[in-house]
Amino acid sequence: MSDTKVDYRKMWSELGLNLEAHDALLGAVGSLYGATYLTQENRPEGMGYLDFVMTEVHGLRIKELDDFRKAGGKVVGTFCLYVPEEIIRAAGGWCVGLCAGAEFAYDEVERIMPRNTCSLIKSFVGFKLAKVCPYMEESDLIIGETTCDGKKKAYEIFGEMHNVYVMELPQMKRDKDLAMWRSEIVDLMHKVEDLTGKKVGVESLRASIKEVNDKRRALQRIAATRAADPAPISGKDALLATQVAFYDDVPRFTQSMNALADELEKRVADGVGVAPKGAPRILITGTPMALPNWKLHDIVEKAGGVVVGEEMCTGSRYYESLVKEDGSDLDAMIDDIAEKYLDINCACFTPNQGRLDDVVRMAKDLKADGVIDYSLQYCNAYQIESEHVERACRDAGVPVLSIDTDYSMEDVGQLSTRVEAFLEMVK
Amino acid sequence: MRRVLGLDIGSRSVDAVWLEGTTVVDAAVADSGFDPASVAAAFVGRGDHDLIVATGYGRRVAGESFGAQVVTEIKAYAVGASALFPQAGAVLDIGGQDTKAISLLAGGRVADFEMNDKCAAGTGKFLEVMARALGFSLEEMAAHSLAATGDVQISSMCTVFAESEVTGLVHRGVDRGLIARGLHESIVRRTISTLKRVGATGPLVFAGGVARNPAMVALVRESYAGDVLVPVDAQTVGAYGAALSASNDGGL
Repeated sequence: MSDTKVDYRKMWSELGLNLEAHDALLGAVGSLYGATYLTQENRPEGMGYLDFVMTEVHGLRIKELDDFRKAGGKVVGTFCLYVPEEIIRAAGGWCVGLCAGAEFAYDEVERIMPRNTCSLIKSFVGFKLAKVCPYMEESDLIIGETTCDGKKKAYEIFGEMHNVYVMELPQMKRDKDLAMWRSEIVDLMHKVEDLTGKKVGVESLRASIKEVNDKRRALQRIAATRAADPAPISGKDALLATQVAFYDDVPRFTQSMNALADELEKRVADGVGVAPKGAPRILITGTPMALPNWKLHDIVEKAGGVVVGEEMCTGSRYYESLVKEDGSDLDAMIDDIAEKYLDINCACFTPNQGRLDDVVRMAKDLKADGVIDYSLQYCNAYQIESEHVERACRDAGVPVLSIDTDYSMEDVGQLSTRVEAFLEMVK
Repeated sequence: MRRVLGLDIGSRSVDAVWLEGTTVVDAAVADSGFDPASVAAAFVGRGDHDLIVATGYGRRVAGESFGAQVVTEIKAYAVGASALFPQAGAVLDIGGQDTKAISLLAGGRVADFEMNDKCAAGTGKFLEVMARALGFSLEEMAAHSLAATGDVQISSMCTVFAESEVTGLVHRGVDRGLIARGLHESIVRRTISTLKRVGATGPLVFAGGVARNPAMVALVRESYAGDVLVPVDAQTVGAYGAALSASNDGGL
C-alpha cells in the first residue's frame, strides 16, 4: 500500500484526489494492515490473493475501474447490501461497495454534522470532504438507502457533493412492504438503465444472478469450514474476504475464494488450524465492519480467541441467502431479487426476530463458546436491539458480551480487558 | 514454599501482594505516578518471589518486562474476593478509572461481568474531580456526605457535565455536604443497576480503592439487597487474586 507508483499518482490526481491526504490514508491503512494481518502465523496460502488485492486496493483495482469507464462503462457505488448488485451488473454496470471504515477528516465532518453521529456515516462524509476515496470518485452514481435516520439525512448532505440516488427500504416485512420494495428495485433498474444506456434483459439478469450467487457460494464454503476446531482460518482473514467481496472483480474474486475454500477444506480434513484446538471460539454479531475496520477481530484474536463467524452485513448477511435461479421471465426474477434482499435481517427492521434466530443458530452451528454483540456508538437501532440479542443468547445458554465502540483506538485497552475477561469466562 | 508476587498495575496505584500458598506474607501499595511500570519494577526489584502474576492496565507491560503471567482484573477480583469471602455471590470493584460488577459462580468462577465504557463516569476519578470542584479532600467529601441530610439530585454521570452541574449548585448556595451526598448517590444508583444487569445475588464484596470511602460503603449498604462485605485491604484484592491465579503452566 505504500507502493505509490507514478502512473497511479497521475490517475489519482486526475480523479481529483487530494494526494497529500490520500498518502496519509494509504500509509495509515498500510501499517494497520501489516500490524493486523501480516503478523499472523500459519495463514492459509490462499490469503495471498487478498494480500495482493489489499496492496493494490487503490492501485490496480482503480485502474481497472478507470479503464472500464474510459471504455464507456459505468460504475455504481453502494453503501449497503440491500442494493442489489445483480440489477446493476445486468444493466452492464459495475458495482463497488464503498467502505467507510476509517476515521478521516472528522474535524471537517463535525463542522457540518453532529459530533454524535455514528463512525460509519462520519467516515463516508469525511472521505468525500477530504477527497481520499478513489472508489467514490470513480462512481458515476452512488446509491443510498433509507436504512437508518442518520444515513438518510447524511445522503442529503452527501448528495450536494456527488450524484446520489436513494432507494427507500421498508422497515417492516409484510406483503405490502415487499410490494413496495419490489417497486423500488424496478425504479433502481430504470435509473441504472438510464445511466448505462443498456436495458436489463432476461439473459443478462439471469447471468448476473448466477454470477453473484456464485460469489456468495464461495463465501459460504469458507464460512462452513470455520465450524471446525481448530478453525482453519482466522476471523480477521475471513472478515477481509467478505469486505473485499464488495468491490473486487466478481469472477476473479469468486475463483480465488473457491481456491481458498479448497485449501481450507483440506486443512479441516487434516486437522490444521490457525489457533490451537480448544481456543475460545467467538461469534460476532452487530453493525457492519467496513474496510479497514478490523479492531474487534484483532482484539479477540490477539487475546487468544478465534472468531468463527460474523452475523453482520460484512458476514453471513451478505452471503447466506441466494437469489432463486429458476425465474422464467424478468418479472419473476425481480420478484426473486426483492424477496432475497428483504430477507436480510438488519436492525432497521421491526420486529427483527430473524436476526436473533440467526445469532443463536450460528452460535450452535459454529460451536461458538460466546457471542460478542458489537454496536457502533450512536447507532440507535443496533444499540437498542442489543437487549434482545443478550436475552436470546442467555436463553440459549450462550454467554454474551455487548460492546459499544467506534473507529478510534483510544478504548483498545479497556476493550481488551473486557474481551480477555470474557474469554477467561467462557473457557 | 513457592512465593508468588501478585501485581495489580492500575491507573491510580500499583498494588503488590506476596503470597506463600494462600497466605499473604507481605503487601504494599504505591501511587502509579507517571510511570507505573517503574513503580512495579521497584516491587519486582525486591527479588522476593519465584513467580509474578500481573493484572490491571499494566499487565501486558509486566508480562513483557518481567515475564509475568497475566490475568484480567475481572478474574483477579473474582478469585481474590471469593478467597476472602467464600460465601460471596458478587463483586463490585470501583477503581481509579474502572468500575467492574461481577456475578460469581461457585468456586469464584465468573458468571457474568460488566465494566464502564471508555469514560471515567462513576469511578474513583469522578469522585476526585468532584471533590476538587467542591474544594474538599476525598476524606472531607466523604465525611460531609455522611453528615448531610436531605436530597439533591445530580443527574449527569459524565464527569465533565457533572462538574458543571456541581458548579451550578454551589453558585445557587446549595450545601456542599448535600452536593457531596448527591454525587455519591449518583454513582451508587448507577452501580446498583449495573449489578442488577449482571444478575448479582447473595453477599456482595465491595473492593477497590473507592471501597475505602465510608460514604460510598454506607450508600451501597443502603441500596444493595444483600450483605455488603468490605475487605480490610480492599485495595489489594486484585493483587491478591492475581497471585492466587498463578498457574504452573505459564498462565493465560
